[in-house]
Amino acid sequence: MEFPKNLTYAKTHEWLKKDGDLVEIGLTDYAQDQLGDIVFVNLPEVGDEVTMGESFADVESVKAVSDIYSPVTGVVAEINEALLDAPESVNGAPYDAWFIKVKDVTEEEDLLDADAYEALCQEGGEA
Amino acid sequence: MGSYVPSSAEEKKSMLAAVGVRTLDDLYASVSESVYLKEPVIPEGQSEMEVISKLSGMAEKNTVYKSIFRGAGAYHHYIPSIVKNVINKEAFRTTYTPYQAEISQGILQSIFEYQTMICELTGMDVSNASVYDGASAAAESIFMCQERKKTKAVISGTSNPEVIETIQTYCKSRGVPVVIVPAKDGQTDQAALAEALTDDTACLYFQQPNYFGVMEDSETLIQMAHDKKALAVMGVNPIALGLMKTPGELGADIAVGEGQPLGLPMSFGGPYLGFMASTKKLMRKLPGRIVGETKDARGGRCFVLTLQAREQHIRREKASSNICSNEALCAMTAGAYLTAMGPEGLAQAAKLCLSKAHYLASALAGIGYTPVYDKPFFHEFVTKTPIPAADVEKKLADKGILSGLPIGENEMLWCATEMNTKAQMDAVIAVLKGEE
Amino acid sequence: MELIFERSRHGHKMALLPACDVPEVTPDFPLRSEAPKLPEVSEVEMSRHYSALEQQAFGVNDGFYPLGSCTMKYNPAVNETAAGLPGFTELHPLQPESSVQGALEAMYLTQHLLADITGMDDVTLQPAAGAHGEYTGLLLIRAYHEARGDTARTKIIVPDSAHGTNPASAAMAGYSVVPVKSNAAGGVDLDALREAVGPDTAGLMLTNPNTLGIFDPNIREITQIVHDAGGLCYYDGANLNAVVGRARPGDMGFDCVHVNLHKTFSTPHGGGGPGSGPVGCKAFLEEYLPHPIVTKDDAGYHFMKPAHSFGRVRMFYGNFLVAIRALTYILTLGGDGLAEASGMAVLNANYLMTRLKDAIDIAYPGTCMHEFVMTLEKYKEETGVSALDVAKRLLDYGIHPPTMYFPLIVHEALMAEPTETESKETLDAAADVFCKIFEEGRTDPEMLHSAPHDTAIGRPDEVTAARHPKLRYTWAD
Repeated sequence: MEFPKNLTYAKTHEWLKKDGDLVEIGLTDYAQDQLGDIVFVNLPEVGDEVTMGESFADVESVKAVSDIYSPVTGVVAEINEALLDAPESVNGAPYDAWFIKVKDVTEEEDLLDADAYEALCQEGGEA
Repeated sequence: MGSYVPSSAEEKKSMLAAVGVRTLDDLYASVSESVYLKEPVIPEGQSEMEVISKLSGMAEKNTVYKSIFRGAGAYHHYIPSIVKNVINKEAFRTTYTPYQAEISQGILQSIFEYQTMICELTGMDVSNASVYDGASAAAESIFMCQERKKTKAVISGTSNPEVIETIQTYCKSRGVPVVIVPAKDGQTDQAALAEALTDDTACLYFQQPNYFGVMEDSETLIQMAHDKKALAVMGVNPIALGLMKTPGELGADIAVGEGQPLGLPMSFGGPYLGFMASTKKLMRKLPGRIVGETKDARGGRCFVLTLQAREQHIRREKASSNICSNEALCAMTAGAYLTAMGPEGLAQAAKLCLSKAHYLASALAGIGYTPVYDKPFFHEFVTKTPIPAADVEKKLADKGILSGLPIGENEMLWCATEMNTKAQMDAVIAVLKGEE
Repeated sequence: MELIFERSRHGHKMALLPACDVPEVTPDFPLRSEAPKLPEVSEVEMSRHYSALEQQAFGVNDGFYPLGSCTMKYNPAVNETAAGLPGFTELHPLQPESSVQGALEAMYLTQHLLADITGMDDVTLQPAAGAHGEYTGLLLIRAYHEARGDTARTKIIVPDSAHGTNPASAAMAGYSVVPVKSNAAGGVDLDALREAVGPDTAGLMLTNPNTLGIFDPNIREITQIVHDAGGLCYYDGANLNAVVGRARPGDMGFDCVHVNLHKTFSTPHGGGGPGSGPVGCKAFLEEYLPHPIVTKDDAGYHFMKPAHSFGRVRMFYGNFLVAIRALTYILTLGGDGLAEASGMAVLNANYLMTRLKDAIDIAYPGTCMHEFVMTLEKYKEETGVSALDVAKRLLDYGIHPPTMYFPLIVHEALMAEPTETESKETLDAAADVFCKIFEEGRTDPEMLHSAPHDTAIGRPDEVTAARHPKLRYTWAD
């Protein structure tokens, strides 16, 4: 299981990457492993507002659907449309398979660094 | 009393003993005294012979018309014998929803075939495995079009009134605004439609042919919806699709309809089936069950229920529809009907409907039952009635003929299909002229 | 198996329709550019195709079918005879009332028998399935509150053991859902319920017995709590087969109810439908029922629109032929027969549970109603064999697996409902198979992981099916 050092992490198992003014958000390796084979990703639309602590997307496995929570408040600047046709990339390369890029970030929850997040996962996760 | 319990008194006793109780009543200890019935609340059961005699008595009180000129949502078509054979097969009739794919390939494949045929018929990309009926299909299609800032449903007033009412019922509880566009000369009023289509409009729903049997100018209606970035939903008659331009060719986003004409008896209104097909883009918004092709562990082609994460048993309150049971056996009937008819047979049925309806319309016009709308029509049309429509109904009923449907004091909605012979239609004219 | 499209050969056809006996008309509207690619087959080819499909379908007569919460009981032959009478099948739904008095009589009788069975005052036959009935019932509740100007009631309470249709129906009816947890005994947690209700409570949806096979002993208190808060109580009749003829939702304090004719009342499931979900209600809700319903006076039977009907949920009157089958069943069994049926359904479930309880953990041991839930959580830890593996292995023995992974609150759940129409012999044989498979899992888990072995196909790749949906046949050209 990977926990890249250049990323920050939310307790609800999303990773974040700063990209200039944008924040890229995806699902962690631990989360994709827990969810199993992901078959579809429901993404928001560009221009939608996302709110810290609230669901902005969901991922479907064959027999389940799980909400993905936003660790920040802001506006969706880009969505990763490639995921719509290749949801398996969330399983295969979770840290490349970003979901959305957020701009105009006004709020951000307390995030964990890679070590703290790894420790959380080793305790069995929280969410 | 009749019973389908196989166990003998002896066996029952030994099972009770194994469970550790004396009587069946003992098993209901958790049901409090105050709600446990002391005696039966309906009469005693009867033998099979008595029951079937009672049911036959009720059936015989009904008039089965030999000659039927009524449609308005339910249609009298020929049902090939092979279709009846197929759907009476016991395993098809009694099996559960095919969640266990390994023992249900027959059902799953039949649905996959049905989905393909509905796509072919409508010219759309994808189809679901059916919903309850044409009206609930129309209502569900409105929900498929909902977006956060575009919610309003614009419904053509030329649609079947019961379909409109079903849509209104469904939309009201979800807070979806509905605007009904009036009819003008038997077609959707385009000026009124232009006004109704606003930036917050999610979709336009209209029927082809419409309730009055008239063919709409689909191309224009769809264009008008698309110009406002609203989706276009077409309610279509499946037999007419043997001839008419398809929703797919016309650029509609969703096609729905009542599948009853595809091999199902009229059955006093049900069970029927609603078919729903859409563009690929809207695939994941289709409600209800969908079958897909995949491979099994041995590498062979097989079929499964798929895209299940859309559905209520997984998404629960976030599902776009609550539908669970659909009309699978009716969908199989429709698939069997389309198989028996083939492309040629379906086109022939459609042409017969068209020709017979036009023969009847002109014969009726010849005796003063003039057409109300001077527009292209398929197998239904509205005429004036020189005497009250109710009297026309009675006059024909006395001769064993089910007339068109009275839809106004002096207006009647007629339907003719391949079932109506020239002799039957000539008889209608003779009766109305007072010659018979 | 070949698809019907692969059996198709150009020029193969059937002679079904006569030549046109009136002048042929050329259409004066836009035409489709090409014919639909429907199969071209002769009758014998079509007949064989469907016979081949039938061989890969598992009906109630093909083996034991203990599918929990689905009530896969035997479908009596006489029901089909009744539903096939031309005096029913050949009726146009919009015939004059005077020409369908027998059909209206059958509907009236069905409405009233179902009302008596459920302890309600009136019934609509319009809903086409259980979920459709739930939706209809919630619209009644909605109409009631709205008519009183009580518009602050926006929430429906649903226990966590409920079928997915309950929360989905509530959402469709415009309500938000408040889940309420189950107590240790598997019933509704009364304290949690008291906490959940309030001035925003529109109603409660409850399945009783619930999906754990437990009849809630506090049922009267539950409905009282909701009523005291101003809400109404909806009974989901999915599990009515456990108590039909012995207890009535109306007496338990429910205000409206749906019944599944395709479960309790023996109409066939048809591979997923048609079902039928009539809705009953107490007198104070009658005026809101969907129209039309059938009434009777000295002149005969009539269609009637209730004074403040909320509208309709479909065309016409419901799945009429399904109602005819159910009517046939109810008349055959009668009040005494229904009680016998439910009693035997409960005995069969308890007997099977008794036979299995030494071999596997039962989620809620103690007397069950018509179904019980096995939990393979510990078994899986010990053997690595999951509920899914066991279910798939059952297929090799010609047994339809129990409902898997439901209810959601039980881990590695297998929910079994044998129904009353199975004999002791069948139950004994099935119990032997279950025990044998559980043992097999301990000695040869791989046999179960790779099951089924003897079915027409192996386990399907559902992941690929969902990731890259292929939902129709496409031609090579």
